[in-house]
Amino acid sequence: MPLSLRRQEFIRGVRDTLPLLLGAFPFGLIYGAVAVTSGLSLAAAMAMSAFVFAGSSQFIAVGLVAARTPVAIIVLTTLIVNLRHMLYSATLLPYLKNLSQKWRIPLAFWLTDETFAVTVHRFQQADGSTEKHWYQLGSSVAMYLNWQFWCWSGLMLGTKIPNASEWGLDVAMPVTFIGMIIPFVKTIPMAVCILTAGAASLLTLTLPYKLGIVVSAFVGIAAGFMAERNLKKTKGALPQ
Amino acid sequence: MTADECMLIAGMTAVTFGIRYFLFALADRIRMAPWIEASLKFIPPAVLTAIILPAVLLPKGDWHLSLSNPYLVAALVTTAAGIRTRNLLATIAVGLCAFFGHRLFL
Repeated sequence: MPLSLRRQEFIRGVRDTLPLLLGAFPFGLIYGAVAVTSGLSLAAAMAMSAFVFAGSSQFIAVGLVAARTPVAIIVLTTLIVNLRHMLYSATLLPYLKNLSQKWRIPLAFWLTDETFAVTVHRFQQADGSTEKHWYQLGSSVAMYLNWQFWCWSGLMLGTKIPNASEWGLDVAMPVTFIGMIIPFVKTIPMAVCILTAGAASLLTLTLPYKLGIVVSAFVGIAAGFMAERNLKKTKGALPQ
Repeated sequence: MTADECMLIAGMTAVTFGIRYFLFALADRIRMAPWIEASLKFIPPAVLTAIILPAVLLPKGDWHLSLSNPYLVAALVTTAAGIRTRNLLATIAVGLCAFFGHRLFL
């Protein structure tokens, strides 16, 4: 009985992740194609997908590699870009804290935006299943295999197409990111954050090693945080 | 793989896994300060904006503020498509079409 429940949860996790696999396919494909033009070797590009397994930071990393950015700065940028995963693990923590490290380590390694989105939904359903971590495992494995497959396909495609670097495939990054930013812009503090980060990124262009990205991100985060705090204060001060 | 590439992948793996695992490892032995918790949600849009704006306005390293800049045109079309459709895949498809259409016909 427990075994079949585990299997059921696993399969459900895979099934609920299917639409997101479709969403990840163009990114994987484009990552592979862009990685080829960035100057990164085939082995390194594939190893990055296998070990780092984080779509947006992989995109950014190949962009920075193409711009001849020092390794330390790329790693620092990866750190900043992936800080959002703290938000995910903080949210999932109450549901996973009774699991052994044997479970927590792989579930952490495979934690992506997509798996977080489906899994948090499953954990919040109020049925008595004690095996919901198998659901997260199913979603994680599906995302992982799918990502490896499309990155590899993109790499193969990139090496087959002559002068892929002149096609301007790197446009996929701003286009994808704009699509990812828009759903965030629902509140005034978020708009303040984005406008400030954008302005700062143009004012810090002369900083070496693309440090402007890191500085601008912090300025934007601080601006959004302060805007939120001030808005709350103003609202609190207003007589109803 | 070159030594630089090995270091790049080892470094990126360490920081990415480190962030994903940090709270899971400590589990309930940690409480985040409220101001940190409130700041987390601003991280993704701030970082993404700081990366793309220079890439769009200075695609080859120099300012290119005109409609003859296909990256800028693609960004504007993508923004419009994103606000209108609210669908990530459709938004990306429209943005890519705008870019390659611009390069093909202009």
